[in-house]
Amino acid sequence: MSNPQQLRYSKEHEWLSAAEDGASTVGITEHAAGALGDVVYVQLPEVGADVTAGEPCGELESTKSVSDLYAPVTGEITEVNQDVVDDPSLVNTAPFEGGWLFKVKVSGEPDDLLSADEYTAFTEN
Amino acid sequence: MSTLPDSPRRTALDATHRALGATMTDFAGWDMPLRYSSERDEHNAVRTHAGLFDLSHMGEITLTGPQAGDALDFALVGNLAGLKVGRARYTMICNAEGGILDDLIVYRLAAETYMVVANASNAEVVLSALTERAAGFDTAVRDDRDQYALLAVQGPESPGILKSLTDADLDGLKYYAGLPGTVAGVDALIARTGYTGEDGFELFVAPGDAEALWQALTEAGQAVGLIPCGLSCRDTLRLEAGMPLYGHELTTDTTPFDAGLGRVVKFEKTTNEGRFVGREPLEAAAKRAEQAPPRKLVGLIAEGRRVPRAGFPVVSADGTVIGEVTSGAPSPTLGKPIAIAYVDAEQAAPGTEGVAVDIRGTHEPYEVVALPFYKRER
Repeated sequence: MSNPQQLRYSKEHEWLSAAEDGASTVGITEHAAGALGDVVYVQLPEVGADVTAGEPCGELESTKSVSDLYAPVTGEITEVNQDVVDDPSLVNTAPFEGGWLFKVKVSGEPDDLLSADEYTAFTEN
Repeated sequence: MSTLPDSPRRTALDATHRALGATMTDFAGWDMPLRYSSERDEHNAVRTHAGLFDLSHMGEITLTGPQAGDALDFALVGNLAGLKVGRARYTMICNAEGGILDDLIVYRLAAETYMVVANASNAEVVLSALTERAAGFDTAVRDDRDQYALLAVQGPESPGILKSLTDADLDGLKYYAGLPGTVAGVDALIARTGYTGEDGFELFVAPGDAEALWQALTEAGQAVGLIPCGLSCRDTLRLEAGMPLYGHELTTDTTPFDAGLGRVVKFEKTTNEGRFVGREPLEAAAKRAEQAPPRKLVGLIAEGRRVPRAGFPVVSADGTVIGEVTSGAPSPTLGKPIAIAYVDAEQAAPGTEGVAVDIRGTHEPYEVVALPFYKRER
């Protein structure tokens, strides 16, 4: 499993892209998707909602459990991925691509976001 | 073998599971495969083709001697003295108050030999209860937990797979029957039992033979879609089939009658003048269940997509709590979340309007249905 170099990562296992047209894309990592098992339900924040870094902003439900989805940064939601709401298995099959969750206009970043190599080391511990 | 609470026991197939990349989980003190790939794919493989399970955590206890059957009639709620050699029966062991200590499958292997199979989490309790209750009888109770590995092949392709590996008369082996035989050169007790709602077999073998049998079954099943399956899909399979799970639908606070399984309690026993542990409270529970049952075990099917979990409240249209979910999961076969729940009897009829499950504060609408959710075509 390899974590894309161009992304940054939270210790809650979300990934964050560099801003494009003012908004960053957020998803969960392949490591997190693997730990959850088959995702069957995704609840995402609404467009326009303000989210706060490190706080829950939605939930991911798998066969065996439900997990909070944490915002990796502070900001305003500009778009959510309706495809993943309709077909939550995208989180498992393409966590870094078609399984992205939402886009956020970042207004604040925590100082503990990880690089790909740091996140890989973090998950191997 | 020593068992420390912080070091889960490993089955004879542990290295095989790891080589297959299984996600492991601690289950009742055992390190067991939760899933190998996608639990949904594993579930569907059992429904449509075949799945291979390691169930070596299950607890085997053997009773031998001329009064083994009489002892079981006294210790358990069922009629075991009357069980034919080669047949199996689903039964329960209750405490003196009629509460369920465990649900069991009992195999009569020979006239004076019975094997009791208990849930891993309860095996110790069952062993000590059986030992205590059998004390006055001419029988020996033996802890055989370390003597067996247990592999299960479940699904419509399982008879064909097994036939290719054994000369045993599988066509003559009925559901809930077991016979000794040889499978892939390995001595096995071949039982036509399971916990998936599909046709299938459970194979009790010496732990040293487990690896060879696993590989033989894997090879024999490859062409017909057999894949290794973990405990996660075993849970959704049994849930769809409406089968109870100890610790969820069945507890020491529950009698078999409360769980809708009063049929396993046999008051007309020919042994011990009809005496058995829990008889009087169970008679009272039977009467209660007939006249005015306080609550019933029902099925719930979601209209939405959020999944109910054990312990979530079931509520009526006005928000009153009318029951509690005991098991819940997304159902791969129905494509919707399902649950088993205890619900107040007057709101438990299939089709009752306005029933919902409180999922973290939101009342999600659910349809009340009779169990099971899934029944295979025979």
